[in-house]
Amino acid sequence: MIWRLWQILPLVCLCLLFVFVSSAQALTDSHTNSREELARQLSEKSWDKLEATITELSAKGDDESQKLLTLWLSGQLFIEKSTDRLVIGNRSGRMYLIADPITDEALGEVKKRSLKKIKINNRLRNAIRTALAIWDLKSEDPDKRLQAVKETSRNIQAETLAILKAMLKTESDEDVHSALTTAVALYHIQHGNDELKLQSLEILSESDDPIVRSALESIKTETKNKEILLGIDSALADMDRRQDYYSAIESVFFGLSLGSVLLLAAIGLAITFGVMGVINMAHGEMMMLGAYTTFIIQSAFPSLMEQSLFIAIPAAFVVAGTVGILIERLVIRHLYGRPLETLLATFGISLILQQAVRTIFSPLNQAVSTPEWLSGSWIINDALSLTWNRVYIIGFSLTVFLTLLFIMHYTRFGLNMRAVTQNRAMANSMGIPTHRVDAMTFGLGSGIAGVAGVALSQLTNVGPNLGQNYIIDSFMVVVFGGVGNLWGTLVAAMSLGVVNKLLEPWAGAVIAKILVLIFIILFIQKRPKGLFALKGRAVED
Amino acid sequence: MKSSLKKLSRGLIVASAATAALSFSVISQAADTIKVGVLHSLSGTMAISETTLKDTVLMMVDEQNKKGGLLGKKLEAVVVDPASDWPLFAEKARELLAKEKVDVIFGGWTSVSRKSVLPVVEELNGLMFYPVQYEGQESSKNVFYTGAAPNQQAIPAVDYLMSSEGGNVKRFVLAGTDYVYPRTTNKILDSYLKSKGVKESDIMINYTPFGHSDWQTIVSDIKKFGNAGKKTAVISTINGDANVPFYKELANQGIAAEDIPVIAFSVGEEELSGIDTAPLVGHLAAWNYFMSAESDINDEFIETWQTFTKNEERVANDPMEATYIGFNMWAKAVEKAGTTDVNGVRSAMYGITVPNLTGGIAVMNTNHHLTKPVLIGEIQDDGQFEIVWETKGGVIGDAWTQYLPESSKIVADWSAPIKCGNYNLESGVCSGQNY
Amino acid sequence: MSSVKLSSTTRGKGPLSRFLLDDPAGKWLLIAVFAISIIVSGLNLLAPEGSALHVSSYTVTLLGKYLCLGLLALALDLVWGYCGILSLGHGAFFALGGYAMGMYLMRQIGDRGAYGNPELPDFMVFLSWQELPWYWQGFDSFLFAMLMVALVPGILAFLFGWLAFRSRVTGVYLSIITQALTYALMLLFFQNDFGFGGNNGLTDFKDILGFSLKSDTTRVALLMCSALALGLGYMICRWLVDSRYGRVLIAVRDAESRTRFMGYRVEHFKLVAFVVSAVLAGIAGALYVPQVGIINPGEFSPINSIELVIWVAVGGRGTLYGAIIGALLVNYAKTWFTGAMPDAWLFALGALFVVTTLWLPKGVVGLYGQVREKFLKPSARTQEQEVVDHG
Repeated sequence: MIWRLWQILPLVCLCLLFVFVSSAQALTDSHTNSREELARQLSEKSWDKLEATITELSAKGDDESQKLLTLWLSGQLFIEKSTDRLVIGNRSGRMYLIADPITDEALGEVKKRSLKKIKINNRLRNAIRTALAIWDLKSEDPDKRLQAVKETSRNIQAETLAILKAMLKTESDEDVHSALTTAVALYHIQHGNDELKLQSLEILSESDDPIVRSALESIKTETKNKEILLGIDSALADMDRRQDYYSAIESVFFGLSLGSVLLLAAIGLAITFGVMGVINMAHGEMMMLGAYTTFIIQSAFPSLMEQSLFIAIPAAFVVAGTVGILIERLVIRHLYGRPLETLLATFGISLILQQAVRTIFSPLNQAVSTPEWLSGSWIINDALSLTWNRVYIIGFSLTVFLTLLFIMHYTRFGLNMRAVTQNRAMANSMGIPTHRVDAMTFGLGSGIAGVAGVALSQLTNVGPNLGQNYIIDSFMVVVFGGVGNLWGTLVAAMSLGVVNKLLEPWAGAVIAKILVLIFIILFIQKRPKGLFALKGRAVED
Repeated sequence: MKSSLKKLSRGLIVASAATAALSFSVISQAADTIKVGVLHSLSGTMAISETTLKDTVLMMVDEQNKKGGLLGKKLEAVVVDPASDWPLFAEKARELLAKEKVDVIFGGWTSVSRKSVLPVVEELNGLMFYPVQYEGQESSKNVFYTGAAPNQQAIPAVDYLMSSEGGNVKRFVLAGTDYVYPRTTNKILDSYLKSKGVKESDIMINYTPFGHSDWQTIVSDIKKFGNAGKKTAVISTINGDANVPFYKELANQGIAAEDIPVIAFSVGEEELSGIDTAPLVGHLAAWNYFMSAESDINDEFIETWQTFTKNEERVANDPMEATYIGFNMWAKAVEKAGTTDVNGVRSAMYGITVPNLTGGIAVMNTNHHLTKPVLIGEIQDDGQFEIVWETKGGVIGDAWTQYLPESSKIVADWSAPIKCGNYNLESGVCSGQNY
Repeated sequence: MSSVKLSSTTRGKGPLSRFLLDDPAGKWLLIAVFAISIIVSGLNLLAPEGSALHVSSYTVTLLGKYLCLGLLALALDLVWGYCGILSLGHGAFFALGGYAMGMYLMRQIGDRGAYGNPELPDFMVFLSWQELPWYWQGFDSFLFAMLMVALVPGILAFLFGWLAFRSRVTGVYLSIITQALTYALMLLFFQNDFGFGGNNGLTDFKDILGFSLKSDTTRVALLMCSALALGLGYMICRWLVDSRYGRVLIAVRDAESRTRFMGYRVEHFKLVAFVVSAVLAGIAGALYVPQVGIINPGEFSPINSIELVIWVAVGGRGTLYGAIIGALLVNYAKTWFTGAMPDAWLFALGALFVVTTLWLPKGVVGLYGQVREKFLKPSARTQEQEVVDHG
């Protein structure tokens, strides 16, 4: 027996030593150990296990966990393959700068291939967002609290409910308070007894929050209680009624915003074509130049992203205006009195400009960023929100329109411009420099098209085909409104936009557009000179 | 009388001079090069997508010549511009085959461009490689399809969405541009979803015209459709240009990927390079290749591509990989057959394998479609995709889908004994052939 | 100069003889067109493949395509050059004629389509349609289809013209609503539900009247038909504009109100020209489709119609033969440029348009007159220059 003990003694010693060393290590370096453990957990392949890690981190509730979750959500958390340690990675050119996730101490620059990104997908994003919201519930900022309450109400756990209930007692902000009430009611209608459910229904039927709607719809399929079913039906009907009302407002808004895009696209043409009589097929390319100017400004001054549009607007005006003046001096000058041939020449110019852009910038679309203040929506209530870029574009197009109107009617240049277009010979003999006025007018029209291009760069592709997509619509608007009449252009653009958008929900996008075109054809039969025809002999051709 | 005769002869001289100019009197070039035709639009609406593929072919030709060409001859690329004009595609294909006598054509993007070229390559027995994901329902003797068929993109994507990993999606919006690829894909998906127990009322189908730019109404409808208490996803077959305004509108109306994910079949790295992707993180795409795939061969390919285009930021995408695979398969088949003769190359193509860029092997099947893996990627804020899911091994491309009643009984197999791209298993008839 | 003398002696003779003697440019153009067509056809069919004289079938169909586009340009010149109606939607009539022919060709496929359905074209099988829609009925008959080639564009032009001319829509207003017309039709035909194959259009044609479209003889026959159609179309237009009716038409172009005050029903004169032009455009489309092998809604695109106007302007508006020359020239240039300089051809084409407008106000066919004036009659030039400036 003894010899046997003797035999295994070294093994026992070894074990003891191992236990001692490892526990000592654990004592001195418990921190590292838990992070190694975490790194191991995070490099798991299974989504379920990763989700469990999120729950674990959120249960800890400390700042460190919050930071890790935030980094994870934004995709900056990596594992360095060689050392298996957790790091923050930030892309810089082709390399990644890595740093310690807790201390932010820089750890050098590595290749992407030596890092492994912590996996994330939409399910985990949801889980992390909900987890992070719990921290935000304690925030000082009421907006953040409101956001957090809405976030947590997607999927409320019993623990969260306790926090929410506690908050309800102390919350002073009205919006947050009502969101809390809704959230608690949401929990009750999902998990409470029938009585609680009926009570919550009353609160919830006031809400237009999509989450509430979703919850009610799913309970409707599960519950068997007739009373609750009836309650849900009537709540949903209430919501539908409000929804219809808001949808109508939304449609009109969509229409106005489409109209203002049309107005922006057409307003430069209302000058070059409407006032000067040049069938300007290169108008679309002037907008394209404006959009590319925006792109160049943003690439040249990446630090001024928020202000980039304010620089781009005058820049685009100058660029497109200069090109316009050049075109007028070199080509169109020779063609006055031959309007149809301006079509031929400007079509040629538009082909050349398109191809020039393709050659210089490549045929690919260019990325134009949207400044922070232009993105997102203006949330009026849970059922109605208007996107900021559209709101601004409506305002912007009206500003451009009014400015133009002012120039036409209250400046010397505008006076000259009107004189030249009404009677060139007479204007000339009165001492107006007609050639210079022609060039300036064409420059003005082109410049405004350039400004429109800046706005379009925020809505659509910035590529060589940008102009072509808008040229037909622009001509329709100008002609429908009555050639030579700025107010006509405004009314035509807005009415075509609104009619199109009101038709779209029941006719579909294509049929709505076809109906609008047929409407234009028939309308011109009734008023062969457009909506606001110029009167007098000068118009007879 | 004499003068009118003189006039007539003068007219005839003018006429024959014009004829000569017209026919370019093909002076047969010494056959010391192998000609590679490139039939991609360099102007017009499709130039945005197709110019990249022209450059890819030029790069591949360049690389092959550095390796000493093929069969001891140099390769020579013949580039023409069909200008996004579909009849012009047929004309240019004929020009390449009849006048330039090219040995192979790499080209096409839209379905209609392929349909337009098809009769020409079949008539003149040309060889064409078509590198874009498409609707299937076709297998021509003279075309090799190196892009994805619907079962290599759409079906795995839906499987992913319906899995717990993809979010257990129960409600689907099928949004597409109104042309044949989205129509077919959506029809297949509609029938597939119903077979999986999805109700009619949980599927919303929407079509928009090409280049649609005002998405306000449709995005707002999608938002409302998503509020019905079931997890909803959008399956997008929206074509190229319309995507930028679509995604911008999604971001502005606050539809986040966590709420309603959009999985797209026509949006790749190139399309994303025109958008600020920060608000789109988490939306998905299904392809056979992503630039972010980790393999040595991919690193090398990207390196060569960026050097070739002299642009360090230039991205790579799935149709480029399809071109890469197609080109390498053709080169290998030419070596194997020892000739560039179309019939020889075609029989050498079957079963040929080349490494694909994601680290596996692509195989050419006798139905003229490839076996390749299907990947699902998530949009990242740097305009790249993070691969979140992939099929185990390759998926064989179906020329004819089994999910639609009219094509479920049709198969394509160009090997003996069937030797037909359009063989009806029930009636035993080989229909729709042009020779 | 000599033509003036001749015309006085031939007054009262038949229209054909008058045409042959009065219109040397047109005559030579047609002779050249026929001669080229015959030479090309002959060399294609008779010279063995591989010989230096052989002309490929690529050239045959290309020439056939040019001739169809020439006929289309001719049709536009009739209304624009002689009647002052700048139609920016003439591509619509061309495409409608093309679709009518395409429908006939689709029906000819029979059960040789991809799905082997004897009744329905492939794209209908694919859309799960059970039976042929009513508007496809009858198109299996060649005669009916040919009738539709003329009738559909004709009736559309009649309705549209009747409305527009009666309401006295003129100038750019008319141009823009013709553009709206073709734009609306394009959107409509793009829809897959509309029953014309959507974006893919109609394609994969097999044969016409039982002759395979892939055989050289059919191609040559189609080329000759196109040449014949162009010749006949030209003579009809020439006869129209040289007749008393044509004089009134020109009067309408130059001073519409005055002509009306003189008691002419201006709208009737315009309507006739518009309908004839639309029918010619339809025929051009019908001949175009079997030669290029596809018809799709892209043909309705407003840009195509604008390009068409440019062919006429490049060639020389208001001469009829100028329109044909313009169409041939621009399209040949396009074919050549897209092959020879694929990356920069739009620069060349664009520059061509600008240069033509600036230095050739009467188009290419006016070049001869311009050169002659410059060198022969410097005194007369200044006078005429002024007229141009005011015109």
